[in-house]
Amino acid sequence: MIKDSANGYGLLSILLHWISALLVIGLFAIGYYMVDLSYYSPWYHRAPWWHISLGLLLFLLTLARLLWRAINLQPRPLPNYTRAVRLGARLTKYLLYLLIAALVITGYLITTADGKSASLFDWVEFPSIWQLSPTGVDLAGKIHKWLAYGIILLASFHALAALAHHFVIRDRTLVRMLKPVTKSADSQPNP
Amino acid sequence: MNSMKKTLATAIAFGALSLGSLPALADTYVIDTKGAHASINFKVAHLGYSWLTGRFNDFSGEFTYDPKNLTASSIQVTINTNSVDSNHAERDKHLRSADFLNVEKFPTATFVSKQIVPDDDGDGDEFDIIGDLTLNGVTKSIKIEVEKVGEGKDPWDGYRIGFEGETEILMKDFNIKMDLGPASQKVKLELHIEGIKK
Repeated sequence: MIKDSANGYGLLSILLHWISALLVIGLFAIGYYMVDLSYYSPWYHRAPWWHISLGLLLFLLTLARLLWRAINLQPRPLPNYTRAVRLGARLTKYLLYLLIAALVITGYLITTADGKSASLFDWVEFPSIWQLSPTGVDLAGKIHKWLAYGIILLASFHALAALAHHFVIRDRTLVRMLKPVTKSADSQPNP
Repeated sequence: MNSMKKTLATAIAFGALSLGSLPALADTYVIDTKGAHASINFKVAHLGYSWLTGRFNDFSGEFTYDPKNLTASSIQVTINTNSVDSNHAERDKHLRSADFLNVEKFPTATFVSKQIVPDDDGDGDEFDIIGDLTLNGVTKSIKIEVEKVGEGKDPWDGYRIGFEGETEILMKDFNIKMDLGPASQKVKLELHIEGIKK
């Protein structure tokens, strides 16, 4: 099933989740790599081009994700979750959304600070709406860097928690993010 | 008593006069950065194929100038390195970073003249300024070749004088870490300075 249901995630949510995860990790890797490139590296311009394009893509995907989330049923937490687990999972998730939003915004502000637009694969241009001062750009750069480290840390925690659910607690948490919910699961009464 | 006072006053007046006239006091000028009739521009070869130009938008300074006694002239300029502008936000961010200007650690660059070397013809229109440039925390002596552009009264009750100067520095000399390639080791500085007489 494409849509989410009370019993699990649909295909679209699952795809959005994993593509976003790949983008976050890929963006971090490119960002980490590109800031120390030498001027004569063939990647000196190519890496930022990919970083900006993929960043804008992550922005669009995150918007789509939040929208899709808003118009779908929320899968119910598994019955074995304690209050602390539910709270921790929800907090991590919201914090990740928030940090990703802030990360994309600071990146966009740096790129468009002189009035140039930010380009998504030379295909869609995101025009500049606010020209930051030099001090503003430097501050945005610092925030962007620390947010990136924060997200990687938080995402690692999120991933470790998922693995713990799968291999230690042995519940369906990770499976729910891998296998789209089926009609038959929906027709079964909820335990 | 009264006459003594008078003589004292005369003596002071004479003293002041002679002080004023003997080593012909050079005029002091403020660089007209307020009206932006001065600019500090730079250019660096891009790969050796063309020039990349930029500027420092925010600086201030003063100079003294006496064409008859050129060697007594002097100049000092303070540049806000945060104001570096090459018309490209991401490049400017890079220029402000530790790869280039280290703006956070060294927010100002200064130039203080030490010696003026007049050109041979002695009309005071052409000369070299030797002085200390402090950039990125490194102080080094540099030589600026200067030519007077013009001087005279302005229409607003002031007196102005303008110069242009040129020099070049090696980025490595000022501990600038980024390597822009073999054709781009030098930065050429092009200076346009207009002063308003104080």
